[in-house]
Amino acid sequence: MTATESQKLAYIAGQAADARLNVELETDGMTLNIGPQHPATHGTLRIVARLDGEQVIEAEPIMGYMHRGYEKLTEVRTYPQVTTLINRIDWLGSFANEVPFILAAEQLMEVEAPPRAQWIRTALFELSRIANIALFLGDMGVQLGAITPVFFAFRDREFVLNQIEAVTGGRFHPNFDRIGGLKDDLPKGWIAETKAVMEKMRTFCDELEDLVLGNEIFQSRCRGIGVIPPEVGLEYGLSGANIRASGVDWDIRRDVESPLVYDQLDWKVWTHPDGDSFARYWVRLQETREATHLVDQILDGIPSGPVMAKVPRIIKVPAGEAYVETENPLGAMGYYVVSQGDLIPFRVKIRSASFSNLSIAPWLLKGVYVPDIVTILASLYFILGDIDR
Amino acid sequence: MTPTLTVLADIELAYWQQTVIKVGIVAAVIPTAALILGYVFLLKMMSFMQSRLGPMEAGPHGTLQLLADGLKFIQKEDIFPERADRYVFAMAPVVVLMSTFLLYVVIPAGPDAVVSNLDVGVFYALAVSSLSVIGILMAGWASANKYALLGGLRAAGQLIAYELPLVLAVVGVVIQAGTLNLQNIVAAQATGEIFGWGAIGNPYIFTQFVGFAIFLVAVQAELTQPPFDMPVAESEIVGGYQVEYTGFRFLFFFMGEFGTAFAFAGLSSILFLGGWYIPGFDVDSNWLNLFGPLVLFAKIMAVSFLIFWFRFTFPRFREDQLQRLAWKFLIPLALANIVVTGVLKVAL
Repeated sequence: MTATESQKLAYIAGQAADARLNVELETDGMTLNIGPQHPATHGTLRIVARLDGEQVIEAEPIMGYMHRGYEKLTEVRTYPQVTTLINRIDWLGSFANEVPFILAAEQLMEVEAPPRAQWIRTALFELSRIANIALFLGDMGVQLGAITPVFFAFRDREFVLNQIEAVTGGRFHPNFDRIGGLKDDLPKGWIAETKAVMEKMRTFCDELEDLVLGNEIFQSRCRGIGVIPPEVGLEYGLSGANIRASGVDWDIRRDVESPLVYDQLDWKVWTHPDGDSFARYWVRLQETREATHLVDQILDGIPSGPVMAKVPRIIKVPAGEAYVETENPLGAMGYYVVSQGDLIPFRVKIRSASFSNLSIAPWLLKGVYVPDIVTILASLYFILGDIDR
Repeated sequence: MTPTLTVLADIELAYWQQTVIKVGIVAAVIPTAALILGYVFLLKMMSFMQSRLGPMEAGPHGTLQLLADGLKFIQKEDIFPERADRYVFAMAPVVVLMSTFLLYVVIPAGPDAVVSNLDVGVFYALAVSSLSVIGILMAGWASANKYALLGGLRAAGQLIAYELPLVLAVVGVVIQAGTLNLQNIVAAQATGEIFGWGAIGNPYIFTQFVGFAIFLVAVQAELTQPPFDMPVAESEIVGGYQVEYTGFRFLFFFMGEFGTAFAFAGLSSILFLGGWYIPGFDVDSNWLNLFGPLVLFAKIMAVSFLIFWFRFTFPRFREDQLQRLAWKFLIPLALANIVVTGVLKVAL
């Protein structure tokens, strides 16, 4: 046996010993099936996670359990009928779903809603934002094991829903926006009541800042968890508070011209440099507070006049294409409407925020602990109806 | 001075008769304790803190709500998962509840009102309280469910980690009192002095406040309650080791949790708050057999209030953060507390 051969044998023996050691230390991977019915997934989302102990090796979201075919359904409904459908996409901020579609239709018809309608529209838009994000603010606590915040959220969200109901008659599905304006004017005394409610919501924000944001366990659970660098976030098409929490100063309300009256109001877009779960919570909390100030300003500034422009009784939209995007509670939501001059849209493509917000999840979930799955999913904040249209 | 405690009054009972009575008392205490804590804290206090309308309908002030819940649990189908280890699965809740039963044996409620006055009472109480780990691990393993397994393993890691601060926090009390007997610890607090002033005795919360704080935190973890509830984390692993349990087996876990909360609150009242003693009485006065249980009950409710208050306000730790808290913070602190207590005991 030559020297090299014995060296080679020793090397092989050493390798075998290493292999044996690895076999001893190696743990069997475990596939954990989270959902489709699971409290952490906000609905019928399923996440298949491969675990090594408590650590996630990879996680893949599987969706489509409640796909309802909205884009196809719009092709067999007249334009006014579509609003009933699209109300139900993001069921927590439903009025906000109607606005971009109506704006797109108005753009195609070259109709402009009267100023009073635009102001009220903006007010309701912000109210549904508050009602929507309030639930996130409470729900994030629940996902981390604190049950109290969500009851506060439900309690105070009720007041906002009452205000929406007082105008529209619907709590969850207002179906109130019309091409060319709004269905009705404001009821008497509504402005003063809403101002009182906004005061309450500001107290609610302070409460949650104390109870959740200031809690040390909450901070240690969220800081540094699920960090999204701005470039990666943009690459995955994140929008809304998720991308603003990564320090990207982009808000459609401010940066894109639209008939909504944001450019006439005095407000601020909140960003946070960290990009972690804590930053996302922080940005949403600030946004809710900012929205209450926005509503206050709108209520002071509503001009008088009609709430409905002159539109034909039977709405026929001239042929053409339009894409309108607005800053919905969850992020950018847009409708690409193609018309061929019929009573019904030829094709509607819906771009909703939740789908993109979730799409970064597999990238984020690699290597985190099982409890962090919940933190990250909660902080990304998606509505399953918004994903499975 | 170690005061002598009066022996049980001159009633002659055969040993088996005494045993039957004592077992009866312990068996009655746990469901009652679980009901009281469940009603006062889980229903009333929580509803008040969280602005829930809460159970107000069943019975006056919702008093019958828990009984109705119990009835509901008993009606439910008794399910065994298909691949579960049936005997282990069935025994697990019993083992958990058993550790709670055994705890009540040594907790004194008056000079003579104690089931068994063991000389190693503290040691015994802490030892049997950790039996529940076995039950929880049994439940997690036998359920043949990944969530349950994760929960069971988490629970084992957590309960073992917090056993140490729990024990170490009590050592200070034991050093100061110079005894392991719970009755004598109460007596030592009743007759002690702080800074030469003995009007209210020396409840050890004044001198062992660090131990008290550590003890409360460790108790919180032993009960698997928020912020230490990741074994049952309902938003991550949906109930953990108890996810497959239904009906009265689940009820056993529930009773075990609240019964243990009551027992631990009793233990901390005895170790740190002076137990059944109230200033103004002789330590071995017969009146304390009458008032003692009431005094102890009041103190237990006060401690339970703290325990449940944390439960309703705090989010949950992550497993690694929890272990870090136990090993890197609580245990060194408890050890320092022991050293300081020992030095002061010798020096003063």
